[in-house]
Amino acid sequence: MIVASPKSITELKGIIEGHRKVLFAGCGTCVTVCLAGGEREVSISSYAVRMARKLDHSPVEISQVTIERQCENEFLKDLADPAAKVEAIVSFGCGAGVQAIAERFPDKPVYAALNTQFLGVLEEQAIWTEKCLGCGDCMLAHFGGICPVTRCAKRLLNGPCGGSTESQCEVDAERPCAWQLIYARLERIGQIERLEKVVPPKDWSTAWYSGARKIVRKEHQV
Amino acid sequence: MTRPVSHWDPEMLAFCCDYCAHSAAALAGSKRLQYPAGVRIISTPCTGKLEMEHILEAFEKGVDGILIVGCLEGGCHFLEGNLRARKRTDRIRSILEEIGLGAERLKMVNLSDAMASAFVQHMKEAMETIRTLGPNPLRISEYEESEGVL
Repeated sequence: MIVASPKSITELKGIIEGHRKVLFAGCGTCVTVCLAGGEREVSISSYAVRMARKLDHSPVEISQVTIERQCENEFLKDLADPAAKVEAIVSFGCGAGVQAIAERFPDKPVYAALNTQFLGVLEEQAIWTEKCLGCGDCMLAHFGGICPVTRCAKRLLNGPCGGSTESQCEVDAERPCAWQLIYARLERIGQIERLEKVVPPKDWSTAWYSGARKIVRKEHQV
Repeated sequence: MTRPVSHWDPEMLAFCCDYCAHSAAALAGSKRLQYPAGVRIISTPCTGKLEMEHILEAFEKGVDGILIVGCLEGGCHFLEGNLRARKRTDRIRSILEEIGLGAERLKMVNLSDAMASAFVQHMKEAMETIRTLGPNPLRISEYEESEGVL
């Protein structure tokens, strides 16, 4: 899922400075699961910002709506009525959600309430880790399902560097060495011989570096 | 909510767990122990059931301070409700500090159902802290707005 983290109340207050009627729009998918932009987080932020503005003698009226998914136009129609009554919209969705709302409501200022971080998994309650860069050319089959492109600080494709210590990364001692994990995993599933093959340099043309990407699946188009 | 500051009587909410603090409050009553009249006790099935929004809404409506009273650590009827409440309390305290209302207006303490004297002591100390901090500025601002002072 997409993992995001909330901006501080101070930053949020600064973002909507000057507006007196604002809609806080939550998203019910990834950012709800990662406890950053769901109904509850929208509610807590609303209380905090409202109180902060009142203390500044500049009260703000905040309405709240959380829709199923901000990144799909089908669900954005539920924002139409509440959006019509406010000066600006603050999206608690990921960056895609914010931009989808901005496109859907071209005449309204739309602001982001979250910092979108990465594609990751929930390790344990309230701890998420990054697992995927979205490079567009998945190589996980070579590495026993562990991605060195994302999880190795140096993005090495042909074995570890000399810096890992006690199975931990030299860049961050809290982070396991991806290549240690790959070795252990390939050994466990009986595919250790995969490490003898030289992996050619990665083709980065499928990644973001040449600009925003687009996918068209003609078989599903209507 | 619209009283002028000169007549200020602090109002404090005490969210009390049914399994400990609420019984301690009842015991304090039976023992004729006095605690400040401005304390309003709200019984909760467990402090872990308290949502952060409950606390924030009370402050927004002008309450001067809140004390959350849960079971002793390790003694929660639901195992870790009081530990979760502690973490949520810390989060709200940081929000209150950030927005300028002050973290000291919210506090959490732990006690058992037999600790009536400690219950009274905590209420008195919390009320004293609130008196030192002064009225909730959100209440003042509401009064000023209603009276046209602003």
